[in-house]
Amino acid sequence: MARNSQVSPYVGRLGRSALFAKKGGYKKTDRKPTAAKEESAPAFKEVEVKGAKNGGKRAVPTAKASRFYPAEDVAKPKASRKVQRPTALRSSITPGTVLILLAGRFRGKRVVFLKQLESGLLLVTGPFKVNGVPVRRVNQAYVIATSTKIDLEGVQVDAKFDDAYFKREKAAKTKQEASFFADPANKASHPESKVADQKALDKAIIAAVKKAGPTMAKYLAATFSLSKGDKPHALRF
Amino acid sequence: MGGKDARLYSKGRIMGHKRGKRNSTPHTTLVKIEGVENQKDAQFYLGKRIAYVYRAATEVRGSKVRVIWGRVTRPHGNSGVVRSKFRSNIPPHAFGASVRIMLYPSTV
Repeated sequence: MARNSQVSPYVGRLGRSALFAKKGGYKKTDRKPTAAKEESAPAFKEVEVKGAKNGGKRAVPTAKASRFYPAEDVAKPKASRKVQRPTALRSSITPGTVLILLAGRFRGKRVVFLKQLESGLLLVTGPFKVNGVPVRRVNQAYVIATSTKIDLEGVQVDAKFDDAYFKREKAAKTKQEASFFADPANKASHPESKVADQKALDKAIIAAVKKAGPTMAKYLAATFSLSKGDKPHALRF
Repeated sequence: MGGKDARLYSKGRIMGHKRGKRNSTPHTTLVKIEGVENQKDAQFYLGKRIAYVYRAATEVRGSKVRVIWGRVTRPHGNSGVVRSKFRSNIPPHAFGASVRIMLYPSTV
């Protein structure tokens, strides 16, 4: 149960130390007993002070204390214990699952799921030759997983297809006016290396598609669309 | 056939704001989704995004088409009607208009 009711949003009634005491946090500190300190230089040394009236021995610190100290205690920010956990993949999506894209340029297209990337996005491919969808990343929220699966056993997805691979290259900064009137014809073409990557990847995928049956390529090439009377809540994808 | 021709949304109709006998709550809009006749079927649509697409007289950023986006929040009663919230409240002249219930965020 929450012990710290709120005065106003995000402001607790109890301060940190008051809450600590109330929770009994002191009972569960995992402080270990300090190990016996090694003998170090003594903090004080005895100095003979001369003087008729005030003479004698004094304990003087070996290291002089700093002449300055911060007037106010600087609050230390509390270390966050939150950990970023990887995005859970929907159980209906496994490598080889045919997905239907729901939004974006390629909405309605059927694609093959390859793997989940570190960012949690899904790596998919058309394959490009079959339906024009290149290797791309999609969010699983924008995807319907169908019950159709293509056997990708033995298909190796190159490790170079990671999130960095899809990063957009920063366009060289040009003067705004110049870019405004820039000729659309001299737009940078798709880099050759990516074309080759696509071909190399799709080779194995297309082979797997062929193995899945004579109609599989046609199925992937066909777009998904709702028509009159279709009820998405009743469809079994 | 390109991806642009595909209809990837269910059709719905704006029934009006949630209301009582005398008071209306314009921040919640009731939507009847086509083909949804009971609360059980309506469960599929919870959380889905809704687009109210309409045409306005003046162009904004080169287009006369405008959209108010919203989300399905919960069922309303047992007949499959759902409650929804939009980024800005649905204006009363939109009552009876059709809306698109997108298939995302998807959980299938």
